[in-house]
Amino acid sequence: MEVLGVAIATILLFVLYGGMVGVVFGFFGMGSFLVTPALIVMGYDSRVVVGSGLAFVFGTAVIGTLRHRDFGQVDYRLGVVLIAGTVFGIEIGKRAVLLLEAVGVASLVVASTYVVLLSAIGAFVVLEARGTPMGRRVPVPSWLNRPRERLWSLWPRMDLREGETVSALVVFGVAVIAGVLSGFLGVGGGFLRMPALTYLFGMSLPVAVGTNIFAVMFSGAFGSFTWAQVGGVDLSVVVPLLVGSAMGARIGSALTRLVDDDEMKLHFGSLLIAAAVAVAARQTGELLGIGPLRTVSLAVLVAAATVVSGLVVYSGVTALRARPSDRAARAD
Amino acid sequence: MFGIATLSPPFHGAAVVGIVLAEALVLYVGYGGLTRIAGPELEDAIRDR
Repeated sequence: MEVLGVAIATILLFVLYGGMVGVVFGFFGMGSFLVTPALIVMGYDSRVVVGSGLAFVFGTAVIGTLRHRDFGQVDYRLGVVLIAGTVFGIEIGKRAVLLLEAVGVASLVVASTYVVLLSAIGAFVVLEARGTPMGRRVPVPSWLNRPRERLWSLWPRMDLREGETVSALVVFGVAVIAGVLSGFLGVGGGFLRMPALTYLFGMSLPVAVGTNIFAVMFSGAFGSFTWAQVGGVDLSVVVPLLVGSAMGARIGSALTRLVDDDEMKLHFGSLLIAAAVAVAARQTGELLGIGPLRTVSLAVLVAAATVVSGLVVYSGVTALRARPSDRAARAD
Repeated sequence: MFGIATLSPPFHGAAVVGIVLAEALVLYVGYGGLTRIAGPELEDAIRDR
């Protein structure tokens, strides 16, 4: 049975997967990176993988921005510079994918970049969660202070909402790099912008999150527009994913009040590594002509997302049950 | 899907952005209302079990 030419089973799979991605996104603040590997292992064309990933990021960012707007957690001036840089970077990333596609290696390069990036971030999160020395924050060496100050004083300078004065050129440069990754991999680029906003520019976490998601909304819209023009956005993928993720994100963000995210870091890191393994298995299967590896990679990815989102929900429900009911409190 | 495949590239791109934006707004309003109505009841039900 089909709806608008798409099998209902496929639509339900995307809604369910979107729900799990939403729970992870709402709880950990990032998770759109799980969409691209899923589309890769499902065998979608590289331009559809990247374009649909960006359209999903756009829809998620619209909902996120609407939720942040009332709290005044957006530095609009910084946001505009981030948007300009990211849009510029997305165009570079898109051209790189199209160039690689013409040579016939786009899928391999996009998937390989994903494997390296997810493995590296996943390993870092797992090591940090286990408390190894790698996870400890290393102080900036004193010999780096002078070049850092010179970089910060580059013209033109701009005042941030929270009082810091930074170089607009450096902000633009960071945004361009995030944009290239965004246009190349079909992700929001928050995993790069967020550390830059908090560690490099000294912003508080709530304003960094609000500003980042505001920028992602515009860059996501531009990315969707530009990729859709070359047939890169498959709405039969994006629409059901958003239906699931919008609800999942509400559940995930509500659970942050109940569950300590430090307890969940190890699971989050494992999820990143599982996603890398899934993409690597899929690519190995393609290169060596081993068909069953495609099924294995999809199973690994769906199982990992199910386990981690399930653990988050289970921990939240357990924590909620441990609290007295408002109704019971009122009765007392 | 959605009958926009025949549009010229710029209009196709704009239509895709419009559809995703409209869906996001509908989901934000719809799920927001659902959460306000059913959220407290669900929370109490989980706590009371």
